[in-house]
Amino acid sequence: MNWTLALPELVLSIVGMMILVFGVLRKGDNAFLASMFTIGGFVLAAFLVVSGSNGSGFHGQFVVDPFSSFMKELILAGAVLSLILSLDYNRQAGLSRFEFPVLMLFAVVGMLIMASASNMMTLYLGLELQSLALYVLAAFARDDLRSSEAGLKYFVLGALASGLLLYGISLVYGFSGTMDFTQLAKLLAKPETASPGLIVGLVFVLTGLVFKISAVPFHMWTPDVYEGSPTSVTVFFATAPKVAAMALLLRVMATPFGHLVGAWQQLIILISIGSMILGALAAIGQTSIKRLMAYSSIGHMGYALIGLATGTPEGIRGVLVYMVVYVFMSAGTFACVIAMRRKGQSVEKISDLSGLSRTDPGMALAFAVFMFSMAGIPPLSGFFGKLYVFMAAVQSGLWTLAIIGVLTSVVGAFYYLRIVKVMYFDASVEAFDPRPASLSFVAALGGLFTAFFFVFPAPFIDAAQAAAKVLFG
Amino acid sequence: MNAAGFPILSLITWLPLVGGLVIMSVRGDEATVASNARWTALWTSLIVLALSLVLWVKFDPADGGFQFVEDVRWLPDYGIGYKMGVDGISILFVLLSTLLTPVCILASWDSIQRSVREYMLTFLILETMMVGMFCALDFIVFYIFFEGVLIPMFLIIGVWGGPRRVYSAFKFFLFTLTGSVLMLLAVLAMWFHAGTSDITVLLKTQFPASMQTWLFLAFFASFAVKVPMWPVHTWLPDAHVEAPTAGSVILAGVLLKMGAYGFLRFSVPMLPQASATFAPFMFTLSVVAVVYTSLVALAQEDMKKLIAYSSVAHMGVVTIGIFTFNVQGIQGAMFQMLSHGIVSSSLFLIVGVIYDRMHSRDIARYGGLADRMPKYALVFMFFTMASIGLPGTSGFIGEFLVIIGAMQVNFWLALLGGLGMILGAAYMLYLYRRVIFGRLTKADLRGILDLSPREITVFAPLVLITLWMGVYPTSFTRFFDAAVTQMVQHHAQAMAAPNSASLAQAGTPAIKLAGMQR
Repeated sequence: MNWTLALPELVLSIVGMMILVFGVLRKGDNAFLASMFTIGGFVLAAFLVVSGSNGSGFHGQFVVDPFSSFMKELILAGAVLSLILSLDYNRQAGLSRFEFPVLMLFAVVGMLIMASASNMMTLYLGLELQSLALYVLAAFARDDLRSSEAGLKYFVLGALASGLLLYGISLVYGFSGTMDFTQLAKLLAKPETASPGLIVGLVFVLTGLVFKISAVPFHMWTPDVYEGSPTSVTVFFATAPKVAAMALLLRVMATPFGHLVGAWQQLIILISIGSMILGALAAIGQTSIKRLMAYSSIGHMGYALIGLATGTPEGIRGVLVYMVVYVFMSAGTFACVIAMRRKGQSVEKISDLSGLSRTDPGMALAFAVFMFSMAGIPPLSGFFGKLYVFMAAVQSGLWTLAIIGVLTSVVGAFYYLRIVKVMYFDASVEAFDPRPASLSFVAALGGLFTAFFFVFPAPFIDAAQAAAKVLFG
Repeated sequence: MNAAGFPILSLITWLPLVGGLVIMSVRGDEATVASNARWTALWTSLIVLALSLVLWVKFDPADGGFQFVEDVRWLPDYGIGYKMGVDGISILFVLLSTLLTPVCILASWDSIQRSVREYMLTFLILETMMVGMFCALDFIVFYIFFEGVLIPMFLIIGVWGGPRRVYSAFKFFLFTLTGSVLMLLAVLAMWFHAGTSDITVLLKTQFPASMQTWLFLAFFASFAVKVPMWPVHTWLPDAHVEAPTAGSVILAGVLLKMGAYGFLRFSVPMLPQASATFAPFMFTLSVVAVVYTSLVALAQEDMKKLIAYSSVAHMGVVTIGIFTFNVQGIQGAMFQMLSHGIVSSSLFLIVGVIYDRMHSRDIARYGGLADRMPKYALVFMFFTMASIGLPGTSGFIGEFLVIIGAMQVNFWLALLGGLGMILGAAYMLYLYRRVIFGRLTKADLRGILDLSPREITVFAPLVLITLWMGVYPTSFTRFFDAAVTQMVQHHAQAMAAPNSASLAQAGTPAIKLAGMQR
């Protein structure tokens, strides 16, 4: 029994409890300090993830391999970025309470466990730890009707999805007698012997997980939750939990059910096509930038799923590259969205960006870089994300998927361009309030990463390659 | 390393971006920033031009292969590298791009007064993308530059354009993007088939005939929009009309060539069978473009629109030339592209001159300019003649060679292609008469000024080059002689042995046919 494997999770949990005690005992405004400690905890955990060794512990329920490390680093990066973004927003919105970083921290612990889960039970525990913290976060602005509504919606639908997932797990267990991923993989080595009950269980598990990455047809909660939650929470939703849920989905599909690829491939293809089409079309009519980003994230999940649909290591590598690119793009975009503030009030209409290129050229440039990148225009990083999943699709001969993918990316380009148009072509309106340094930092970091990813893609792709390989043993 | 002794192609490609960074860092009040941005951009582009002249001098025309090759590891495990090189076909387009950029910067010296720094920055980024695209020897790298052009061009049209600029910018962007993404899939299919995206390898790879058809159609989707060929040309008049003068110059001068360059570099040599199969189709579209858009040009009331339609007609001649698959035709197409790059750019500059003064492009708004602007009338006449294809100007050589090439394929093709020259004479002379000749009746035209020294500086090199190309074409054709001959031979060989193609590829280990056929 090698408990050091879970060192990052353990250390983070202890840090979280210490911050809780600290927050309760210390009087006055302690949110900033709590956030700083949390960031410190994340950085420490990231360091432990890098330096930790690979292996499997807790009787095979918990595994550390290049894949989990890759995903954990990405989750922690997304969490750090969104916590930095939340600092200023929470202060302005009166949400400056020490519970915020603590909830985020426990959500991240859940995500790290999700990335390492190698047993249905661990999977469920990690997922629930994450979800419960997120439900509270969505309703964090408790005096705001929209935020409470978002929290409730997220909770009801999330609980439903968890129920489906749990039901699926019980079916899988009932028809195979094990919850262990490696055992399942061995049992299912001959896919034709898999019982129909197990396949039904697989579909339920898939449904529960797809809900978490908000792909069509389980996407309905996303726009409302994105719009209703405080923006500091939205940015968190858009980054780390997506990565964690994707990690889970990839591992569950590739490792225990890897041999059943014939059974789930069609489903993933349909989900992917649906998400891409909906993400492209539904975003066109939006006037709120947060809703637009919600639909955009649905579309992005559709593209990432192209990689999974191939069911090959190349495809998984594509998904991983896509997620890296996506996290930095999203964090940067939300840094710009949070900076949209006039006379102390947040504004979130697209038309509020009008003429930004003249009132704030730096922010307009960053925003434009993110929009072009999300549209997948080279040489920006978004193009490379798409390139790798399309490469995998072509390699596997999934031509329909690839063609639908590139065509919806053109439709999607329209609404991304519309934002660039509003910022650069339209007459300027009143300038935004001065940006705090924390937002500029994240926007600049994300912008530089997005704009210059093409110079140094190799390390990321090598890491993604190594991570993808282990899933296929 | 290469003939220049240093990575000259990368330097030419990325230097404008460095200039752009310098412009970004300029601080001070608006006038200082604007003036600094103008001068920095001009000097950067002039240095790049000088460097590309070094390329021109050191280039060995006798060698039909790629020269100044640079190869750097970029994307691991994929057979995708950062590879640059030029051959006789691409080197002249590099020169065209580096020549037109300083011209554009000079031409927008006074006419752009708003966000000068951003304007110059986008132009330098555009130059990087254009040059990089012509130098790229890796298909993925090519694609990145090819599509990267869209971003600066979209901004140039949308920010500094005319009243309907938003519509035009979107139309331009979405039309070209749709074509390009389909090409991306074709590129990926080729990369998968050959195991590399190295263009030099792909040029030698045989693709199965059924695959060639699909690849050709995907390439067609991208390049035909870019050329543009009828019926997907409709973005061009809109984009030209709304773009600022310099934007039109780059559009006509370089961006349209990217499509034809694509056909010449990829479609014809890499997909010989499919190219031959689709040649009649290409001829039909080209002939329609030549005749139809010439007639449309005749009816235009807007000068820029007229020249835009004439561009579509001239590019139709280019595509005819490319798909004749003989030396005269392809050389003619090459020459026509270069000539059109200079001549139509100059015509847009000419429109820009009076647009700057009167803020109107309506032909009816002008008349009798010869009285007040004799130098202008002279330059205008010169480029009108070049556009018509008068012997002694560059326009003649290209069209003449294409018609010779087309004659070897089909008499009617040559005849209809040649009709473009006659119609071209009609609409250009009609334009010239209405703007320059007649009585100067409009009151506000009486005070119009002739060309300023800056404008003369802009036109002088263009006039000289047009004459040089018309009088002594050999100094240009010698560059692509070897490459074109090689390409034609290669095509003939591929056509002579269509069956051996499928046998040859069966033995190549990099091929995973199972994936392709699913």
